[in-house]
Amino acid sequence: MYWKETVRQMDDIGIGSLVIVCLISIFMGAVSAIQFAYQLSGQLVPKYYIGYIVRDLTIIELAPTITCLVLAGKVGSNMAAEIGGMRQKEHIDAMEIMGVNTSAYVILPKILGGLFAIPLLVCISALVGILGGYIATVPTEIISDIEYVRGARSFFHPYNVFMMFVKSVVFAFILVSVSCYQGYFVKGGSIELGKASTAAVVYSDILILLADYVIALLLMA
Amino acid sequence: MIRAEGIFKSFGDKEVLKGIDATFEAGKTNLIIGRSGAGKTVLLKILVGLLKPSSGTIWYDKDNFSLLEGRKLREIRLKVGMLFQGSALFDSLTVQQNVQFPLDMFTNFTYKEKLNRVNECLERVNLENANDKYPSEISGGMQKRVGIARAIVLNPTYLFCDEPNSGLDPKTSIVIDELIKDITIENNITTIINTHDMNSVMEIGENIVFIHDGYLEWNGSRNQVLDSTNMRLQEFIFASPFLQRLRKAALNNH
Ligand SMILES: Nc1ncnc2c1ncn2[C@@H]1O[C@H](COP(=O)(O)OP(=O)(O)OP(=O)(O)O)[C@@H](O)[C@H]1O
Ligand SMILES: [Mg+2]
Repeated sequence: MYWKETVRQMDDIGIGSLVIVCLISIFMGAVSAIQFAYQLSGQLVPKYYIGYIVRDLTIIELAPTITCLVLAGKVGSNMAAEIGGMRQKEHIDAMEIMGVNTSAYVILPKILGGLFAIPLLVCISALVGILGGYIATVPTEIISDIEYVRGARSFFHPYNVFMMFVKSVVFAFILVSVSCYQGYFVKGGSIELGKASTAAVVYSDILILLADYVIALLLMA
Repeated sequence: MIRAEGIFKSFGDKEVLKGIDATFEAGKTNLIIGRSGAGKTVLLKILVGLLKPSSGTIWYDKDNFSLLEGRKLREIRLKVGMLFQGSALFDSLTVQQNVQFPLDMFTNFTYKEKLNRVNECLERVNLENANDKYPSEISGGMQKRVGIARAIVLNPTYLFCDEPNSGLDPKTSIVIDELIKDITIENNITTIINTHDMNSVMEIGENIVFIHDGYLEWNGSRNQVLDSTNMRLQEFIFASPFLQRLRKAALNNH
């Protein structure tokens, strides 16, 4: 039962958010590439640095943070509403009476699903982001194909990818647990349910940004 | 057998239960009756542990239920079935999946065995051919019956029913009452039913706990109801002039 539910969550979170994550990532990469091209123009810095900067910016910061902020809005609010609805309609009480460990049954599959699916989404987001930078700069002849690729392959530190995974796992845990908490302990009626769903997004976002800062301090300083 | 000893419960400064002592015996249909808002649902939720009493103790046979926590609590819950006032069926599961849910969670049955047990229970509540419907697609009375089927699917030792026949027509009510009574006797279950349905009281009230204003006002069996001189009980049970005339007639025939 738990396994089935976990797979359902992975599918919900992962496949369900793939399109929006790709869409956002492509623009995220494209805009940063164009902006760096603009900032670097007329300076002595070689152009292939655009590829390099877009790559690291995406991997270290944009992919994990933006993706998780967006997922907090999409997945987090959805989880809070789903669990909150179960609480209000006495589904959770009914399970509790049957002897089900409801906090485990309701929340654990979501946490596991999130911890598995969200880092994968972040990976995809980073890839698509770098691709977005390419699409924005190469066909428009801001820089050449060879330069962008050269940049994207220069000064590569695997440690940055490690940071990306640390961030995505931490953010995933934050957004799922905060949202589940908001839903699980909801009281009252549909107005409170709406509020819980909003609170899930707001608190997840704040905590994600704080965690982002702390991780940056710990892993980069 | 379930015993409640000195149960108090307040929400904020609103006292709902003010010291309830009652024994609910096995193999009997125990009724909790009282006006709407008297605290029946609150008492039932305290008895099953969904609410914590402000003070008081609850005994499930020899176990002090109030002290149980975590795994121990869940073990005893495997022996508990409950029908909620609003049925509380899982609305994204079909009727069959709803009844099957406890089996999925707690047994290693094969799909075939589960299906057999589910159908057995659904048959028991006279609900055939509804397996693939969703709760929103069936009537309130049918939902209640699915709720009962789900509550009995694991052969409970303790069965709780919150208003099993509110919102049902008299005939269906009687069917459901009889059903609960039969199941209770067959499996020697400790059954506790919340109701304010007078038919139920007179038909299946083997042990009646009457709650008024947070106190246990009267305790006895249906046979003692007619003879009781408790004014509040009489007012509650024979609320309409019609029922009062019936009572007079019944007493004259005694
Ligand atoms: N969670 C709660 N918070 C505050 N007050 C509550 C809560 N639950 C119940 N009450 C109060 O307790 C009293 C008893 O409620 P309860 O639901 O037990 O009534 P009842 O006897 O089941 O009535 P009915 O027959 O209408 O179902 C009511 O006055 C209600 O306002
Ligand atoms: Mg009630």
